[in-house]
Parts: sequence; structure tokens; C-alpha cells
Amino acid sequence: MTIGSLIDTPSELTDSSSSKSAIVLMTRIRLARNLAGQPFPGWAKPAQREKILGACRDAVTATSAMKRGLAVGVGDLGELEKKILVERHLISRELSGSKQGSGVVISRDQAFSVMINEEDHLRIQMLRVGFQLKKAWAAINEMDTALEGSLDFAFSPVLGYLTACPTNLGTGMRASAMMHLPALVISNQMEKVVRAVNQLGMVVRGLFGEGSDASGSIFQISNQMTLGESEEEILRRLSGVLQSIIEHELNARARLLEADSGKLFDKIGRAFGILQNGHVLSSNEAMNLLSLIRLGVDLGVFPDAKRSVTDRLFIEAQPGHLQHAQKGEFEAGQRDLLRAERLRSEFANFSRPDFTLSANGNN
Amino acid sequence: MANPLKCDLCSKAATVHLTQILDNKVHKVDLCEECAQEKGVTDPSGFSLADLLLKASLNPDPASGGVRCEQCGFAPSDFKKQGRFGCPACYDAFKGILDPMLEGMHKGIVHSGKVPQKALERKSLYDKLTRLEVDLTEAIKAERYEEAARCRDEINQVRQAVEQKPAR
Repeated sequence: MTIGSLIDTPSELTDSSSSKSAIVLMTRIRLARNLAGQPFPGWAKPAQREKILGACRDAVTATSAMKRGLAVGVGDLGELEKKILVERHLISRELSGSKQGSGVVISRDQAFSVMINEEDHLRIQMLRVGFQLKKAWAAINEMDTALEGSLDFAFSPVLGYLTACPTNLGTGMRASAMMHLPALVISNQMEKVVRAVNQLGMVVRGLFGEGSDASGSIFQISNQMTLGESEEEILRRLSGVLQSIIEHELNARARLLEADSGKLFDKIGRAFGILQNGHVLSSNEAMNLLSLIRLGVDLGVFPDAKRSVTDRLFIEAQPGHLQHAQKGEFEAGQRDLLRAERLRSEFANFSRPDFTLSANGNN
Repeated sequence: MANPLKCDLCSKAATVHLTQILDNKVHKVDLCEECAQEKGVTDPSGFSLADLLLKASLNPDPASGGVRCEQCGFAPSDFKKQGRFGCPACYDAFKGILDPMLEGMHKGIVHSGKVPQKALERKSLYDKLTRLEVDLTEAIKAERYEEAARCRDEINQVRQAVEQKPAR
């Protein structure tokens, strides 16, 4: 598979038929692994990095999950291609900016990706649409066990899997869910939620991980601690936290409808108007408007089937995807015009909002 | 105000004082204006005290400054710069600095998750092979031929087992 054909193939995320989930957009699990007796990527000499890259790439591409997938060096990717892979959550920003001797292997369905020589020798990732921690764990566990058959991982019986940064020691596992929480944002409860989630040893981040903002009311919630608990325990605790966030979001929606449905419908209606008629849209504004449309779908203002459209546009409104679709590189100002044009045409044939439906509390 | 607080990262006067409760443990950090900015402390959503504490805890530790990892040449001052270790053996070399750091960072200090069973079995076979080869050389040198023959048989058995579990 080539990078070109991968980009043009619908991914787990952008595949319109697979989007059914209301609040949890996607689930992701990653495992950090390193080869025994080898310096970590940040400390390895260029020749060592190349050797490690070769060994890891051979092992990863030989697994059945990676059959007919894409294996590519970071140096062989163009800037736009890297941007698109970041927007699809298939590589990290850190990998996309990394030096020689780094690479990535991506499965054909774009559910698995293995970054080589990012912070650790291997960052194995599994991504699934919706709330699917258990399935994602089963799949990534199998992949990890397969790799263990041909690679000697750095492991200590006391500290578990040894990682470049001690914050990943032990299981080396970070599990996360991407959640759409518009009602908690509108009713100013997000700060309270972040604090409560932190106290439970979980972290809240924006859409694109560390340091990114929460545009579109999309947040990533993940475990902070990796040592001292088994993978199953971590997933059980995370799952409990996610369930309670879902409940809070649903309660916040109910309260917004009860207290001031006019104001809420006004936001949704205006978002619809701007998407249908606007001419300049930054990616941040587009995300926030799409988020309101998605909330509208959840409330029954728009038909259920339209959720997949908003989920696809969340990704396609990002700068990399937008420029790829337009076959060129554009500066930010031009991109905002193109983005608005793209969204106008998508929303020209979108269902009209029906604000009477939501009275019977769909969802 | 006899003794104003100093920044945990650069020891300028601290003006930002943070307390975060993480998993029922209280973490306190004092920072100067610049470090607070740089670390994104002002953004409550994208910020974790754990990462900060990690580096801060290394500050008052000039005593171990001379130690280096024998395997990769990494020094504690490198860790302060990068927040990452040099190689897996660094975890043994810098145990003294690591242990206090781990206390507040994780749920526990002992791994209780998945174990790379296949890799460990392979390693124990290799270790056994190395031991047997040493025994064999010694037995031959000492002209204990019966023992040498036994070693050779065992080595062949282990080799067969290794072949069934191919390594790199």
C-alpha cells in the first residue's frame, strides 16, 4: 500500500458508515515498548536508530494485522502527508517532526499504527470508532504478543516494560477516549469535570493531545498512571470514569433543554445558518459549529444518519485534509475561504433543522 | 517574608504557586513567571504537575551528578534536560534518583500487568545456554570428559528448544 492510496482510502475515523456513537467518538489504546539492550531513540546514535528501525519494521510488517499495510520512513513523507496522518491520529506531532531513522507502519484499515523511534522504540496504537475499550485491548494485546515472538522487549519484573520516560513505566499503556461534551462546555462545567477526573488519576486533553485546545468541545480522557495496576484494572477504572462523564453530559443536556431550550436551539440554528452561508471559516470556528450540529443530531433536531457527516467533517475541515482535497498548499487566509466553500456545499443539501422533534427527548 | 520561595525549576523568585491533588496526593510546585508560562501552567486542561515534579525533583541532587550509566553513558543532568532516560539499563544505574520520583507518579511502584512470556522464556534459554557453554569449556580444560559429554547433550537440547522460539 502506498501513502497516496492510504490517504484516499476511508479510514476507521472518516469512514462514514461506521459512525454510530453519540458521546464517545473513538477509543484508542497505545503501548510503549523498547528493545532490550538498545539505547532509547532520543539517546541513540543515527546508525543505532537505523538499525533499530530496520529490526522493528521487519517484525511489525510480518504480523498478520499489518498484511498489505503501509510501511514508510518519516523522511519519505511530504509535509502535507504528515499533516494528514496527524489529523487522522495515525502518527503523533512528535514523530512528524522527528529526525532520520523514524518510521511508521499502518494497517490497511487504518485501525493499527505502529510508530518506530518516536519517544520509545515502538509505540503500538489501536484505534476504534465508538466506546470500545475491551475490543481495542483484545486486538492490541494480540498484536503485542505477536511482536514479542520476534523482538526482545526491555522488561523488568519489578518495573514492568521499561520506557524512555518513567511516566510510562509498567504497562506502558495509555488508553483514551475522545468525547464530545458540548453541554458540559456550554454550561461551564468542564473545569469542574477536569478537576474531578484529575483526582481519579486520569487526564483530560484537547483533540490533538498534549497542549492542544478543545475546539469542537472534543476532549481526550486517558489514564495518567501506568505502573502498579494491571491493564485490565486501568481499563476498568477508565471505563467507570467515562461512564460517569457520559451521564454528566446527558444530564447537562437535559438541564439545558429544560431551563432554556430557546437559547440552545438558537445556537444550533445559527450554527446551521453559518455553515450553510458563511464565506470565511477558521478550523476552530468550523469545529465549534459542527459540534453544535452534532449536538442537534443527538437531540433529534437533525436525523440520526447525519451524525456520520459531522464526524467526517471534523476531520476533513482540518488544514491538511482540506489542502489535500483542493490539491495544493494554501495559506491560512485562503484556507478559511476554501473551508467555508466546502462546508457550504456540504450543508446545501443537509436536512433542515426540525426543532419540534426534540420535545419528545430523543436520545 | 524573610525567605521568599524560589522557582522549583530555575531558582528565580517564584510568583506562581500551584497545588494539584492527583489521586488523593497533594503536589505543590512554586514557579517563576517565565517557567510558568513556558510550561503552560496557565492552561488547566493541558497541564500535568506530574511531568513538572519529575524534573523538579532532580534539582536538589548535585551529589549523584557524577554517576553515569555504564551501558550508554547517560548522566542525571541529561535526564534533567530531556525528562527521558538513555537506555533500559539507566533504570538500574539511577535507581537512587528514580525511586523517590516514582512514589507520587504512579498507582504503585511494582508492575502487576502483562509479562512478555515468550521473550522471557527465550531469555532464560539463552542464559542457560551461556552457562552450559562455560561449564563445557571448564570441564574440557579439567579433562572431566563425562561431565563435558553431559553438557554437550544438554546444549543440543537447549539449542533445539531455542530454534522452536526464533529470536531476532
